[in-house]
Amino acid sequence: MTIAPLLSDTALIFGRYARQTLRSKFQILFGVLMPLLYLLFFGPLLTGMPLGSRGSSWQVLVPGLLLQLALFGASFAGFAVIIESNWGVVERMRVTPVSRLALLLGRVLRDSALFVFQAVLLVLAALVMGLRAPLAGILIGFAFVALLTLSLASLSYALAMKVRTPQGFGPAINAMAMPSMLLSGLMLPMTLAPGWLNVLSHFMPFRYLVDAVRSAYLGSYATTTMLYGGLVAAGFAVFAVTVGTRVFRTAGA
Amino acid sequence: MAIISTAGLARTFRSKAGPVEAVRGIDLTVRAGEILGFLGPNGAGKTTTLRMLTTLLPPTGGAATVAGHDLLRDPAGVRRACGYVAQSGGVDPNISVREELVTQGRLYRLTKPQAALRARELTNDLGLHGLLDRKTSTLSGGQRRRLDIAMGLMHRPEVLFLDEPTTGLDPGSRADLWDLVRRIRADHGTTVFLTTHYLDEADALADRLVIVDKGVIVADGTPADLKSRYAGGPDAPLQDAFLAITGRSAAPQDSAPVAV
Ligand SMILES: Nc1ncnc2c1ncn2[C@@H]1O[C@H](COP(=O)(O)OP(=O)(O)OP(=O)(O)O)[C@@H](O)[C@H]1O
Ligand SMILES: [Mg+2]
Repeated sequence: MTIAPLLSDTALIFGRYARQTLRSKFQILFGVLMPLLYLLFFGPLLTGMPLGSRGSSWQVLVPGLLLQLALFGASFAGFAVIIESNWGVVERMRVTPVSRLALLLGRVLRDSALFVFQAVLLVLAALVMGLRAPLAGILIGFAFVALLTLSLASLSYALAMKVRTPQGFGPAINAMAMPSMLLSGLMLPMTLAPGWLNVLSHFMPFRYLVDAVRSAYLGSYATTTMLYGGLVAAGFAVFAVTVGTRVFRTAGA
Repeated sequence: MAIISTAGLARTFRSKAGPVEAVRGIDLTVRAGEILGFLGPNGAGKTTTLRMLTTLLPPTGGAATVAGHDLLRDPAGVRRACGYVAQSGGVDPNISVREELVTQGRLYRLTKPQAALRARELTNDLGLHGLLDRKTSTLSGGQRRRLDIAMGLMHRPEVLFLDEPTTGLDPGSRADLWDLVRRIRADHGTTVFLTTHYLDEADALADRLVIVDKGVIVADGTPADLKSRYAGGPDAPLQDAFLAITGRSAAPQDSAPVAV
């Protein structure tokens, strides 16, 4: 298929779901609630603690909270597909000539837009709390949020198309999201961990993303940490979108 | 000229209780412009067949072409040519009638103005005028069913698959839908492939009936044909022929799935 229908199909699907999001203020704001609570009630505990890092504790915590927002928000995106599946909307769209890739991209781009918007709100709140970080670093942080939500939402939709019941989907996502959060050092850097935990956490891909955003918040851009973070995020995105499109193309029974 | 032809089309589902042979080998040709009634008891495999012919479900056996496109090699071609109204519909309750129709048209690559015009045309044809700006959740059951049908007609498909289109419609709306189906065929030569449990509807609307039971075709002919062959004469009730062919009632009732 050529590129023009893919772009217009993606824009069409994005528009449909963006309008759906805009109709629900609750959906727009709910995702920031959990990270905001961490910022308000957990952040102040860290200000005087030795975190083994240059800069302030906010430069360590806020990158973690941004990715936590992406992790928990985007992983649960698939719930929408389960609901729409029950309404028959998913089949009705799959029977049209619309690009299968667009069915996925339109949705995940809406998710990325939504979570980057929430990330902006979170960073604004953090600035009030005392965060100081270079603008370029903050923008890089948003780029990582966008890429991570794109990937996780793709996989979440793919899983939802396979599992098809909220009872199967919810626990499966929880079982993946919790260890991902703990092992990637979202709350406190893994450099504080005992050796075995630090080693284990290197097998958790999100760790490289968190470390990269923390590095960006300190203004160090040309580092191997940034390189690894960027590579892992991009590789994960390619993998996730490929899996997602395959599932949207073949999902049947 | 055959617009649909299938050879040994089959689908077996894998379930926890073992494989379910929903469709066990359907050989069928449908002429362009024909209105085909696809009948059979609950669980006979009608919906499964429709889902295969519209590319939603990959067959586990056999082959088919629809509107000149091979089901397996050119699913995109099949999708462009077909409209499908599913047995249980497919609209989002929180979206307006207008938005659903226009988006549907644009999924079939109509321009925005084309889609808006077509949405107005169809809502008039289907007695939905005045409801364009209502959320679909506020429609009555019959209005929702008519919206489902409008969704399937947005792009003027060459082949229209209707899965129990008139279930839940009042008698007047049913007669209106029959007229609409006849008009679409007369004006555009559209082929209509529909399932129904209403035998009066099949009798009145279909040029030809194909009766399936337990995943295979058990009878095929014009309504008059089937009545002569199975119920003693062309004026016998179609119900008698149907019962003789399938050995059970056509009224909705539970039937055991074909598990092996
Ligand atoms: N996804 C599935 N998994 C397992 N079995 C299925 C699945 N879909 C359908 N079946 C089974 O296949 C058989 C045929 O189902 P189908 O929906 O095609 O029947 P139908 O002729 O449309 O019936 P009805 O008149 O009740 O709509 C049934 O026994 C059904 O239980
Ligand atoms: Mg059915």
